[in-house]
Amino acid sequence: MDTQPTPAAAPLANGKEAIIKVRDIVVGFGDRIILNHLDLDVYRGEILGFVGTSGGGKSVLTRTILGLVPKRSGMVEVFGENLDDLNESQRSAVERRWGVLFQQGALFSSLTVKQNIQFPLRENLKLSQRLMDDIAFAKIEMVGLKPDVAEKLPSELSGGMIKRAALARSLALDPEILFLDEPTSGLDPIGAGDFDELIRTLQQTLGLTVFMVTHDLDSLHSVCDRIAALAEGKVIAQGTIETMMQATHPWLRAYFHGSRARAVQRGRG
Amino acid sequence: MPHTSLISVHTQDDRLTVAGRGAWTSEHANELETAVGDAVATYPSPKGVDFDLAGVERMDTFGALLFERLRRAWDEKGIATSIQGLAPRYKILLEEMARAGRDQRPAPRRQEAVLERVGHEVVNTGADALALLNFIGATIAAMLRVLAKPRTFRFTAMVNQLDRVGFRAVPIIMLITFLIGCILAQQGIFNFRRFGAEIYVVDMVGVLVLRELGVLIVAIMIAGRSGSAYTAELGSMRMREEMDALRVMGFDPIEVLVVPRIMALVIALPLLTFIGSMAAIFGAGLVSWGYGGITPEIFMQRLKSAIDLDQFNVGMIKAPFMAATIGIVACLEGMRVGGSAESLGAHTTASVVKAIFLVIVMDGVFAMFFAAINM
Repeated sequence: MDTQPTPAAAPLANGKEAIIKVRDIVVGFGDRIILNHLDLDVYRGEILGFVGTSGGGKSVLTRTILGLVPKRSGMVEVFGENLDDLNESQRSAVERRWGVLFQQGALFSSLTVKQNIQFPLRENLKLSQRLMDDIAFAKIEMVGLKPDVAEKLPSELSGGMIKRAALARSLALDPEILFLDEPTSGLDPIGAGDFDELIRTLQQTLGLTVFMVTHDLDSLHSVCDRIAALAEGKVIAQGTIETMMQATHPWLRAYFHGSRARAVQRGRG
Repeated sequence: MPHTSLISVHTQDDRLTVAGRGAWTSEHANELETAVGDAVATYPSPKGVDFDLAGVERMDTFGALLFERLRRAWDEKGIATSIQGLAPRYKILLEEMARAGRDQRPAPRRQEAVLERVGHEVVNTGADALALLNFIGATIAAMLRVLAKPRTFRFTAMVNQLDRVGFRAVPIIMLITFLIGCILAQQGIFNFRRFGAEIYVVDMVGVLVLRELGVLIVAIMIAGRSGSAYTAELGSMRMREEMDALRVMGFDPIEVLVVPRIMALVIALPLLTFIGSMAAIFGAGLVSWGYGGITPEIFMQRLKSAIDLDQFNVGMIKAPFMAATIGIVACLEGMRVGGSAESLGAHTTASVVKAIFLVIVMDGVFAMFFAAINM
């Protein structure tokens, strides 16, 4: 029995399949409009970097796609299915196919790392304990942690280890889409560089599509295939890093040509 | 010869050909695991193994891991294996899995045995008592420091706490004590009526409420309502390093957070006890009137002769001591919260349970003391 729905043939744009389609989204709290008729496509197999001002709604968009924040109007389509049209079981089938890395990790504090990774496995699949252990340790190694982390509680881990352990949990069910909310924030530059590389490796190994909210100019340069920039509640520009460098919008110029951006570019020669 | 929808095995001159088919993904991981186990069990030592993975349509970590388990079972016996027909996109995944699982795994976290837990509990109880003494000392030291420099007392914080634990607790305290008063009077009249002594219900309610029940019920309510809040607040501040932030800025968390909270309780509890006792007596009066036919005039007259200031004082003297106990236990438990949500829950529970226990123990000690001095 094959329960996994085959990905419906989504409309192609530039020969690429849009795995996430956001159309005309409006989100606001009270009088404040955060996302104002926003459109965005994420294509299968790419790493999309999402940038924007602090408090400009980057996380709100992520949370809207994930269904954690209600939207006033608009449509979110993931794997070719409109999320508003799904019933509960169809929706949880979609949720099994994406993984989320929250900014603070959001590991369950009363469970060990191994139990954290096994939690989605236990809930969604009927596996033998041996296989669940094998999977948990394989994931722990995939994210570059030592096996002895498996039996530790989240409160016994450092910030970087929490990020990696949380990444291992988000990968537990082999998702097709990975949402990352500022994955490198709070890591030292070397740790952040390693994390970028890890995401690139995992993306190639597992054929992931990655939606990454980030502020890290290094990440944008090194791992992102495409960048989308959010300002005034809309996506004001999208494209490769080169396109972004040539953009004329004042915020984009400040962002990609500021002193820190110049330093990153000097570092890259 | 195991033939499943995922694996089929053929033999030729002791050489195995293992052909994979279908989707080697998480949904079929169970089936695949069984098939892998069967294949190894059926053919423990072939001369060589050729894997043909051309038929595998999809593969994820689960499939790759199980394939690696199958390959390794033969590989570790020194049997040559080869892989053909693997789709290029799964090459990295298989290589990754071939590297994985070679390091030593840690021993699982051990559950404590019964005796071991008993031992730990005994040691912990001693440590608890010591920590409580230590904390009382630190609090008194902080209070003395504040007393020496009254300007450092956080008056605004205390008023804010007073509003939360005192003023906002008034409705619920009044309601509960009112009901308790009603019940006491009803039970008293019902039972005293059998020997025609209904009127003594006024004595009973007056003495009981003023000496014991008023303060006890209010203290227990406050331990549950405000003690738990103190523990949870301080505990989550500790989890978010807010305590450390205070400390590095040169503030003593006990002075800033604990002293105003305990002071607020020490002021609020006697006031609430008074309000609660009045509500209980009011409730008793109403029931005596409606159910026992004792008019308010007679009730008041009887009350005046039944109680004196001592009865009232006994209740009120106990209130600030109980308040300090609740406050100290609640704050101490809050300061001991560890990193996890579970720990916060455990300490909040401990805070309420210990506070109520100590309040009742203290009430007993006071009872003996007042009896000794004829009060």
